[in-house]
Amino acid sequence: MTEKKMPLWEVFIRSRNGLAHQHCGSIHAPDAEMALIAARDVYTRRGEGLSIWVVPSAAIVASDPADKDMLFEPTASKVYRHPTFYEIPEEVGHM
Amino acid sequence: MSTPLFAYTLRLADDALVLGHRLSEWTSRAPTLEEEMALANIALDLIGQARVLYSYAGEVEGRGRSEDDLAYFRDEAAFGNLLVNELPNGDFAFTVVRQALVSAFMLPYWTALTASRDATLAAIAAKAEKEVSYHLRHAAEWLVRLGDGTDESRRRSIAALDELWPWTGEMFEMPDDERALAEAGIAVDRAALKAEWSRTVDTILEEATLDRPRDGWMQTGGRRGVHTEHLGSMLAVMQSLARAHPGATW
Repeated sequence: MTEKKMPLWEVFIRSRNGLAHQHCGSIHAPDAEMALIAARDVYTRRGEGLSIWVVPSAAIVASDPADKDMLFEPTASKVYRHPTFYEIPEEVGHM
Repeated sequence: MSTPLFAYTLRLADDALVLGHRLSEWTSRAPTLEEEMALANIALDLIGQARVLYSYAGEVEGRGRSEDDLAYFRDEAAFGNLLVNELPNGDFAFTVVRQALVSAFMLPYWTALTASRDATLAAIAAKAEKEVSYHLRHAAEWLVRLGDGTDESRRRSIAALDELWPWTGEMFEMPDDERALAEAGIAVDRAALKAEWSRTVDTILEEATLDRPRDGWMQTGGRRGVHTEHLGSMLAVMQSLARAHPGATW
């Protein structure tokens, strides 16, 4: 079972209509059709979803964990991006 | 007294339980983790079908026998399952070919049974129909990839197909009591499903680039309780816990 014959696929499941597909894990399968079948068997055993997407893991371009500080830390210091300065009227309730 | 409806429901239950148990034997032995989940899912579907069928059979019989009584406390000769379902799993190709051949029959069977005049059987069939459509899809996709795959997977698929073919004729046999039920609109005429089964199987085999074996002598006996040497040992394993602890609940 080489990687070439059994590539890795990322599985995304939409739990209900109107929600986005969420990543839930990965599986090995020889092709897209079998990946859907395997994803169904591995990740929807307890009624988790209504729709499945599978994507070849190789098609995903990911950020390098080593770039974490450069990419994500600066945003934490930009407090003006967070809408925490407003008084929310009580009538609005939970936002 | 064994009524035709009781005997018939029991045979359907035995078919599901025996094949379900065979598939469950793949647990911890399947070729990949993904396939292990798939085979276990299918096994559970079949065992679930067996449970409701046994419960209904017990109800029809009216002697207070539970699903466990019927599954675990009957001997080999009392089982009326198809022989093909009790054959040992063999290699993965053998299991895939059997699942494809049996599911290709069970799908139109359950579909037809949804029109049964027996409301309980119709309801059981409606649920089973959805499950078996997936079983067929799963097995067919695999068979196409095995048949049209490597030299080794192709060789094994051909061997499995040749070995299993003589066991397929029994699927279309109608025991006498079942024929009467079919005429009453309760059971399904199995023989009438042969053409559709053939078309389904031909389509899969064509895509798998495999030749359809020629129809020849066909094995029979399961419906009359005449089984292969394999059922007894399978039941011994399957029934051992319930028989060692009669009345136990889990």
